[in-house]
Amino acid sequence: MAHSYTPGLTVTETTVLRKKRLLPIPGTVTAQVGQDVSSETVVARTELAGKVHVVNVANLLGAAPDEIRDYLVKREGDRVGRDEVIAENKPFIKWFKTEVRSPIEGTLESVSTITGQVLLREPPRPLELLSYVDGRVVEALPDQGVTVETACSLVQGIFGIGGETWGELVMAVQAPDEPLTQAHLKPEMRGKIVVGGSFLGADAMSRAKAVGAAALVVGGIHDKDLRELLGYDLGVAITGTERVGFTLVITEGFGKIPMAAKAFALLSRHAGQKASVSGATQIRAGVIRPEIIIPSPVTRHPSPDFGKGEGERGGLRIGDQVRVIRDPLFGRIGQVKALPHDLKQIETESHVRVLEVEFADRTTAVIPRANVELIEG
Amino acid sequence: MDSSPDVGQKPPDPPLSVIIATDCGSTTTKAILIEKVGQEYRQTHRGEAPTTVEAPFEDVTRGVLNAFAEVEELSGRKILEGERIITPAREEDGKKVGVDIYVSTSSAGGGLQMMVAGVVQNISVESAQRCALGAGAIVMDVLAANDGRLPHEKIERIRTLRPDMILLSGGTDGGTVTHVIEMAEYIAAAEPRPRLGMSYRLPLIYAGNKDARDRVQEVLGEKTALVVTENLRPVPERENLAPARTKIHDLFLEHVMAQAPGYKKLIGWAGAPIMPTPAAVGLIMQAIAKRDGLNLIGVDIGGATTDVFSVFDGLFNRTVSANLGLSYSVSNVLAEAGLANIMRWVPFTIEEQVLRNRIKNKMIRPTTIPQTLDELQIEQAIAREALRLALIHHKSLATGLKGVQQERTISDIFEQQATGRTLIDMLKLDLIVGSGGILSHAPRRVQAMLMMVDAYEPLGFTVMSVDSIFMMPHLGVLSTVSERAATDVFERDCMVYLGTCVAPIGQGKEGDRCADYTITFQGGRPSETGTLTFGDLKLITLGLEERATVELKPAKQVDLGQGKGQPATREVRGGVVGLLLDGRGRPLQLPADPQARVRALTRWHEAVNLYPA
Repeated sequence: MAHSYTPGLTVTETTVLRKKRLLPIPGTVTAQVGQDVSSETVVARTELAGKVHVVNVANLLGAAPDEIRDYLVKREGDRVGRDEVIAENKPFIKWFKTEVRSPIEGTLESVSTITGQVLLREPPRPLELLSYVDGRVVEALPDQGVTVETACSLVQGIFGIGGETWGELVMAVQAPDEPLTQAHLKPEMRGKIVVGGSFLGADAMSRAKAVGAAALVVGGIHDKDLRELLGYDLGVAITGTERVGFTLVITEGFGKIPMAAKAFALLSRHAGQKASVSGATQIRAGVIRPEIIIPSPVTRHPSPDFGKGEGERGGLRIGDQVRVIRDPLFGRIGQVKALPHDLKQIETESHVRVLEVEFADRTTAVIPRANVELIEG
Repeated sequence: MDSSPDVGQKPPDPPLSVIIATDCGSTTTKAILIEKVGQEYRQTHRGEAPTTVEAPFEDVTRGVLNAFAEVEELSGRKILEGERIITPAREEDGKKVGVDIYVSTSSAGGGLQMMVAGVVQNISVESAQRCALGAGAIVMDVLAANDGRLPHEKIERIRTLRPDMILLSGGTDGGTVTHVIEMAEYIAAAEPRPRLGMSYRLPLIYAGNKDARDRVQEVLGEKTALVVTENLRPVPERENLAPARTKIHDLFLEHVMAQAPGYKKLIGWAGAPIMPTPAAVGLIMQAIAKRDGLNLIGVDIGGATTDVFSVFDGLFNRTVSANLGLSYSVSNVLAEAGLANIMRWVPFTIEEQVLRNRIKNKMIRPTTIPQTLDELQIEQAIAREALRLALIHHKSLATGLKGVQQERTISDIFEQQATGRTLIDMLKLDLIVGSGGILSHAPRRVQAMLMMVDAYEPLGFTVMSVDSIFMMPHLGVLSTVSERAATDVFERDCMVYLGTCVAPIGQGKEGDRCADYTITFQGGRPSETGTLTFGDLKLITLGLEERATVELKPAKQVDLGQGKGQPATREVRGGVVGLLLDGRGRPLQLPADPQARVRALTRWHEAVNLYPA
């Protein structure tokens, strides 16, 4: 059997991350291997083909499709300006002349004598791919992009929305169980990565938007507030392209849940430093987690041993710190006390593998292994 | 729709005694070992391991080898020599060694994702959609010349989709070519790129008007890996889905699979073409329906999607509801069904915010399991809605052909029937087969039965069953090399008969007589008589190998398929749950008042001993 616990989210002070930065279509790689880059550095660029517009010339001129070439004043490959004539008829009486004009500026791409359509394409749109994190280029993939390596501290969230951003990390609250409220959000937080504690409500979301915070990192939110923020009910957790005014990372889950002490302490230690944040989440195959990356100012170029010693784990061990990820004890953090081998019948009458967890208040609980998450790092 | 083209004449089965089969799913690779025990085939051992299509492994065969290793350990049979499968099966020094054949299905990496395009939405496009779904694909979008989108919107959509392949249809043979060429031009302008791999051309199957083939070749030949096949709707009155479906399977292997990491090696190991998982499930469903002359509905409810299969009067249909599932897509079930529809199945009250947060937490931690009884009840309530919505979706696509001229006689004036009616007739339905964790692994089998009864509202007499450990994909692909081995294992190890549901059609006041019944058991057990009243749910013990004759005399407004008030008699089979007499009325209506609803649910749950006290 596979591990019957959920591989956890990484919260680590020292690690080496390799971020692949790839263009959606082939283009030109502008950064070289060995080059130091910052989050704003353009590492590759390409041109996205322009939008296509269809003009049915045959219909507009009242001509048969196979005759339209006789009426065209532009040919395939010709540039056209907006409102420029692309086809016209030649009646005996000038008054009856009909002209077909281009709705866009671009190029005449193709002519169909079957459908009588002319396809016009807008000019290509340049796309610049940024590094997103401070680090060094360690690999160049011709025409596709680069791999950027950075020595950093890393906090992975469980869910997020919004794209990549970066800024100075600021702590808005004093403790991981303190909710982030409107009052915490000040004008000087514009463009910054703001860390809250247990919860972010709808009013604080509005305030963050008004202040112009680049990103918010909190323990939990209510589903109803997310729905209000997005304007729709999120059905599947594939995110990263939302535009709500800020990037949002939640570290624990939905509801009021204190941020894991380890994550809060790590973020607190790095207050004032630059961090790169992404809200992109994909829970299905090809898992993507939202993240807060804090490049190490001193160890920008890692020694071969930097961040080592964490390696791949074999599974849960006694003494490991775990987070309970299902009701009735959702969000509580404790230590693995026992890992009984045999299946155990739980309240639902299912027979499952369980573990015993001890919480900080010395109470213990028996929980299905599928319902805990290892706090890694 | 398709009259079982893939289960027609076959060469005789080869002599196989040991078979290993895998299903490489998105997250888990499941292996089963099938051995000939005496004169029959049985599934003897199983193993599973995480699928290894993605980083850091990026080689599907690693997961397959790990699943094999577990089967080796449990069965004591040596299957692998390094990374080579040992064939044929034999004994060496008194030890069991090797297998005769290896077969596999795959849905790793998200399965086969297709876009279909055609001319008229409810004619060629709907046929193309049925063709792609029957081949085991997820249909990402459906484009029609008359779908209301502007040309540039269609082009933009094609460009952003990135499917594995496109199926283009449209026009009857000999008809106008203009519209189908128009669609071809849009596809060419979009310059579509495949989902996997940057460097190869996107496979495109053209199955439209044969007179347009040369022009389609001119427009798309350079820009796509074009394959031309027979028109899937040559005349409005006939569908011809088999040739295009075969091409989809060929291209799935040649192009899509070949791009997925490790699949070239896997294809080399397999003794039969690797099939998309749902296509294999469809095959076994068709084989069973054909063998027993049944009308059936099969459902596979997973974490992300719900697949529905049906065979009615020999016509096979499959649909996939891409975002109706119980983990990754659980939040989408809430969005589509609405909170009230989910809550109507929950036998207690809960604050909306709490329930919404719980559902979202399941979405972001999809592998968790219900630990408490109320969590289980909520999850089973959501399953009812996912099943119900997926069947509605299926009914809308499993239809007779639309756009067909009908000849009418004088008698039709009194009974006007639209073309394109759904083929799903619940009164003619013989068997429901449920599959997927929530059904197959429900702590009590009666829970699986009631989930399906509540969601599908079967009418009259319907046999209910579940797949024991989800081995239908394995058996589907196996049926292509040995139909006997596949149906033997299906009957003996795969299907768990739950029993029969008897549901009269009609409604009445709670407590009023719905039908009088007499149950005569085979084997000397005393018969039972009684009255089923409206609002009643009765469970009568009738074991796996038992049969009984049920005689019902319904009230005058109640129908059992013979007409209102007409008696009905039927021999029914038992199962691990038994015989369920459902007097709750059809259509099933739950009390609107929350307290009355909770009382009714509690009464029904107690009547069938649904949950622990």
